[in-house]
Amino acid sequence: MRGKQPQIPGTRTTGSIIIRIILYTVLTAAALYFLIPFFVMVITSLKTMKDIRSGTLISLPKTISFDAWAKAWDSACTGIKCEGMKGYFLNSVQMVVPAVIMSTAIGAVNGYVFSKWRFKGSETFFTFLLLGCFIPFQIILLPMSQTLGILGIGQSIIGLILVHTIYGLPFTTLFFRNFYVSVPTEIIKAAKIDGAGFFRIFWRIILPVSAPIFVVAVIWQTTQIWNDFLFGVAFSGAESRPITVALNNLVNTSTGVKEYNVDMAAAIIAGLPTLIVYIVAGKYFLRGLTAGAVKG
Amino acid sequence: MASLTINNVKKYFGSNEVLKGVSLAIESGEFLVLVGPSGCGKSTLLNLIAGLEIISSGEIKIADRVVNNIRPKDRDIAMVFQSYALYPSMNVWKNLAFGLETRKVPKDEIGKIVERVAEMLQISELLDRKPSQLSGGQRQRVAMGRALARDPVVFLFDEPLSNLDAKLRVEMRTEIKELHLRIKTTIVYVTHDQIEAMTLADRIAVMRDGIIHQFDTPQQLYDNPANMFVAGFIGSPSMNFIGCTLIKNGKDIGVEFANKKGKAFFLPIKQPGPELDKWLKKDVILGIRPERIAGGFFEQEGNPQIHEIECVVDVVEPTGPDTLVFVTINGSKLTCRVNPQYAAKPGKTMKLMIDMSKALLFDPKTEQRIGR
Repeated sequence: MRGKQPQIPGTRTTGSIIIRIILYTVLTAAALYFLIPFFVMVITSLKTMKDIRSGTLISLPKTISFDAWAKAWDSACTGIKCEGMKGYFLNSVQMVVPAVIMSTAIGAVNGYVFSKWRFKGSETFFTFLLLGCFIPFQIILLPMSQTLGILGIGQSIIGLILVHTIYGLPFTTLFFRNFYVSVPTEIIKAAKIDGAGFFRIFWRIILPVSAPIFVVAVIWQTTQIWNDFLFGVAFSGAESRPITVALNNLVNTSTGVKEYNVDMAAAIIAGLPTLIVYIVAGKYFLRGLTAGAVKG
Repeated sequence: MASLTINNVKKYFGSNEVLKGVSLAIESGEFLVLVGPSGCGKSTLLNLIAGLEIISSGEIKIADRVVNNIRPKDRDIAMVFQSYALYPSMNVWKNLAFGLETRKVPKDEIGKIVERVAEMLQISELLDRKPSQLSGGQRQRVAMGRALARDPVVFLFDEPLSNLDAKLRVEMRTEIKELHLRIKTTIVYVTHDQIEAMTLADRIAVMRDGIIHQFDTPQQLYDNPANMFVAGFIGSPSMNFIGCTLIKNGKDIGVEFANKKGKAFFLPIKQPGPELDKWLKKDVILGIRPERIAGGFFEQEGNPQIHEIECVVDVVEPTGPDTLVFVTINGSKLTCRVNPQYAAKPGKTMKLMIDMSKALLFDPKTEQRIGR
């Protein structure tokens, strides 16, 4: 080794720099590849129909116009009605907010029980609950519509809320249970000796440390429920269609000219809430997902 | 007044019997230490006393009241945990006050109690901090403060010092002892560290495999252990166990030691009795503590119990005040605690004085004491 300078760990060599360049090139290319569809959607929604016909798919709009957005929101036809997406957007909000709150809240209590108040057979119970994560939506369509019919909430937003809450529970329970497993059980014991009961321990000790996993559960549930199409199309009535179903109807409406700019604007409107949720809370999402993995 | 009575308590986890009929009773104000190797059931016993586990059979009484079916919060106990178990979202003040709030103690009284406890443990300036902003020793104090604030009949400590570094552990040990002297509340303390047990306890219960092997004062455990397990567990370095045959030499009954070179020495046993006669010409195990084998016992010159043997030194371990000298007798390794100035180099022969006055005999099959 004589004559060779000792290598300080972490020093950059030509080789490592080249590898870095390759790495970043690949990553940038991948990012662009995934962004292109969104880019096309945005520019198309800002074009006029004339612009769309004369240009190519990725050519930039000659004049920026928000007419398509206004139409998509207010007056585009979804089937026979021509009132735009606004009503359905509201339907989705009315469905998503209560369903997310309920499935997250119940999931949190479930997870608390399965991690800290185990009872005889609770592991088996938990395993069965987990199976719910793997049941395809299609299997339960018929029995569920029967159930909703019996309950008298078929074709209503309330029915959709119920379906999504139930279907979300296996996931939220799993999230919370895995998170709470990393909370030391001695803390629960200490609180029991201090005289606190089931719900007092939950409120005063468990909930205050649960923020990261709540973010995960809320993001996950919001995305799932907002983006759901199958339950929406199967269990909703004319007045309770969620936005995903409305978007499908709008795009598939076959009368008149195909207005790509309106379709694109409507699609972005339909996707915007989940996008915003990710941008706002995405940082916490990753943090929360890994929180249970390593003891902190 | 008996403050804690445990009567033939058994605990099963499934078909696994963790506690096999444990009984003990302590007086009010006593400091009881449960000690034993991991898996001996000591923490389970503590959890049963606390009510965090349900006992399978038997009876536990706290302050003369059977608490078998009473919930932890109504047992009038407070517990300090190994991991401190402080509530992470609350500051120190709220941690101390939580148990009082749940018990609906009036607000102004809570304030007074928290202040008094914080002062007693010198954590007054930490009251606004969250547990994550505290050092290990400070967390330990807060955990103890939380228990103190409650002023219970019995304190339960579950290995409270094992997460601290060696120096702090010794300091906190003394503080716990001082605290006990001041508040005079009954304490049940679980540890696997026999030094902690010896230094803190009024009485120690030595446990293994779900049974109490001996329940006695520290000095009695040390001088008068019931069996080889207790003898070996209490004391550091551990007691030496030497396999030998009991023989008669003239009037004396004793054992024969052979060193590595085959030279034999006869060592008479202090109190020959009818019990010992039964063991004549049979194999026994002689137990003798390292400090009873030394380079010399100045203060006891002329003591007839002290005998001289010659041994070849295998290994030498200086500890400062004493040097541990390892020799081989009857094929087993012997630790001797020798004044550094007498310690010979490895390979050399040295004269060792053995004080047989506290030597013990054990049955090699049952491991029980002979003639206790």
